[in-house]
Amino acid sequence: MFLKKWYPTLSILAFLSLWQILVIYLHSTLLPSPFVVAKSVLTHWHSGELPHHLSITLWRLAQSFSISMFLGCTIGIALGLNEKLNAFFDNWLVIFLNIPALVTVILCYVWFGMSEAAAILAVVLNKVPNVIVTLREGTRALDKNLLGMAKCYGFSRFKTLRHVILPQLHPFLMSATRSGLALIWKIILMVELLGRSDGMGYQLHLFFQWFDIASILAYTVAFVTVIQAFEFLVLQPLDKLALRWR
Amino acid sequence: MTAVKIQIHEKIHHDAEIPTIENFSLTLNAGEFVCLVGQSGCGKTTLLNSIAGLDKNYSGEIQIGNQTQKSQIGYVFQQPCLLPWRTVRENIELVFANKNEILKVQIDFLLEFMNLTAYANAYPKQLSEGMKRRVSIIRAFAINPDLLLMDEPFVSLDTPMAREVRELLTQLWQKRPHTVLFVTHDLREAIALADRLIFLTARPMRVLEQVNVAIERNQRNAEFVEQFKRQLLEKHPQLQPLL
Repeated sequence: MFLKKWYPTLSILAFLSLWQILVIYLHSTLLPSPFVVAKSVLTHWHSGELPHHLSITLWRLAQSFSISMFLGCTIGIALGLNEKLNAFFDNWLVIFLNIPALVTVILCYVWFGMSEAAAILAVVLNKVPNVIVTLREGTRALDKNLLGMAKCYGFSRFKTLRHVILPQLHPFLMSATRSGLALIWKIILMVELLGRSDGMGYQLHLFFQWFDIASILAYTVAFVTVIQAFEFLVLQPLDKLALRWR
Repeated sequence: MTAVKIQIHEKIHHDAEIPTIENFSLTLNAGEFVCLVGQSGCGKTTLLNSIAGLDKNYSGEIQIGNQTQKSQIGYVFQQPCLLPWRTVRENIELVFANKNEILKVQIDFLLEFMNLTAYANAYPKQLSEGMKRRVSIIRAFAINPDLLLMDEPFVSLDTPMAREVRELLTQLWQKRPHTVLFVTHDLREAIALADRLIFLTARPMRVLEQVNVAIERNQRNAEFVEQFKRQLLEKHPQLQPLL
């Protein structure tokens, strides 16, 4: 259908119009119009402030994301493969899953000082349990017959991982990646707000004190745009490549 | 060539009341073609899995070849067990431990023989059940195994194809003798293929009777198979429920 291709564009236009209608209806300084926000994005961009803080936050995101995925996948696969290990560590996992993000952030700062490492550690501690749970489920759902085939034909560990296990874990990896990005960036802002002197969280804190809503929305728009671009340019092509056999 | 010594005192599944296999002992001579005949569900697949090392949860001992050199095992599972995310050719080539050792000519010949050349680069999802089955047979043949385990390998093939693959199996085996353990519930198939028939009891599985088929394979026509079957029943009436 012709219209279907334009659905994403149409939905964004609808969102913007709804926003504009609300602005006209409420007529409040607390809700700037899309136009004002767009102008604010440009101003912050040209002053060099937005790129600076955005890139700092993105760098923190990349670091904590890679560490969490690596640790989470390793531990998750190990727990999924080993009943005994899982029975022992299951309680630990439940505890870590239920510690509020704010608590880990505060404790990391108190125990390890207001450092960059403490900030990253706090984010990682919040994310790793989620990755573990997702990958553990994926590992438990592995096809036993295919693993038997690999074993019978003497596949090496690496070969089994690459050709038998990882393709089956792909959907779980993607799901951990997507939910991970969303979760991590929310926690990073909190970490920055509480104990860093740069990054998006720190900036948002300043704007909050000045009640500068247009700037807050401008930063939000910039960040959401970057994450969406990552989804379209990296994650979706990756999906397509990995699932070409379907 | 590889001889196999199987001695299983007991194999019991964790949720079962009676053992699947009990006091089972069987020796396969090197290069021998042995058919296991028994009712479905009697524990034949469990036995093959134990031999292949996939199920180590039994009391007893299974010795394959000599200890010094690991025997290459080819296994045609009851399901095709292909990797859906790899093409037909990749699925076959993956069973070679080393990329340089892949027997391209052999694989091409087998693909051609099984009418699968056109599908070499297709993914399993695009194949019918019978085609997948043929790929899994090629995979087991391609590595030139020392021990070939086949678990009802011809069930989803149509009759002419089954006959051709059976002939190919005999040809390959005569060209390069290796030990074959072949599970079937089709006595005619067993008579046509085997050096020795092993009849099995229902659970717990034991050896009920052993019968040698001492006649050249090319003389085993349909008439011979029928006659052999009749004589078998006259000599061993206790086999009646199996047939």
